[in-house]
Amino acid sequence: MLLNEMLLLGAVLFCIGVYGVLARRNGVLVLMSIELILNAVNINLVAFGAFHDNVMGQIFALFVITVAAAEVGIGLAIVLLLYRNRRSIDLDQVDLMKG
Amino acid sequence: MIAEHVAFGIIAAVMVASALRVVTTRDIVHAALYLVIVLAGVAALFLLVGAEFTGITQVLIYIGAVIVLFLFGIMLTRSDFDQDEETDHKRKFPAILTALLLLAVMIGALVDRFGDMELDAAPQTTAEVSDELFSQYIVPFEAVSVLLLAALIGAIVIARREEGG
Repeated sequence: MLLNEMLLLGAVLFCIGVYGVLARRNGVLVLMSIELILNAVNINLVAFGAFHDNVMGQIFALFVITVAAAEVGIGLAIVLLLYRNRRSIDLDQVDLMKG
Repeated sequence: MIAEHVAFGIIAAVMVASALRVVTTRDIVHAALYLVIVLAGVAALFLLVGAEFTGITQVLIYIGAVIVLFLFGIMLTRSDFDQDEETDHKRKFPAILTALLLLAVMIGALVDRFGDMELDAAPQTTAEVSDELFSQYIVPFEAVSVLLLAALIGAIVIARREEGG
């Protein structure tokens, strides 16, 4: 298998995730897009780990998975609070700190 | 070798199609279910390149825990907005442009640098990973466990109702 197959798939997933973060208005969907981005990163880490025959890539991917789990927990708590205060999770309406 | 390529092609095609549905579908529950397919594809890729422990962890953490969190989040914030015509931004085309430009830059850089390097996927066993994790990386490991605990306590504090205290 070519190294680039994995890396290019990672790049495609990353860009789809970036599109999702930029284009979506729903808070939960933005968090899902961030998950796509983090998974693209993990694909790259594991691919390079296998390429260099080194377990470091896998270990770093495990750290990324852990931090992603923490991020989803906090992110959904924030979205929940937002919903409770405003009855909507439309991120366009969250402009309290807009200059 | 050919079988590996075919397996990769099928998994990659399914993943890209599902990922596109995640960011375009109008129904938020469907988006979560398409996300499951993408995450399962990532786990399959990890197994394909011999990263067994990370592949299993991916299934346990992401498909097992994170998706359930997402579904709870969707359930608790249900509103008419879910099916809204305007789920996508008015700024949709700049977003597409940004993503495509980013993709072009990344593909250019990757093809230029890693043109036709072979990836010989020798399995990296769970024992190797755990040896490394619990010797050289024990401090980051403990730090990340504290981070996870702090994040989950923080999530409880944020999501708790005010009148509760």
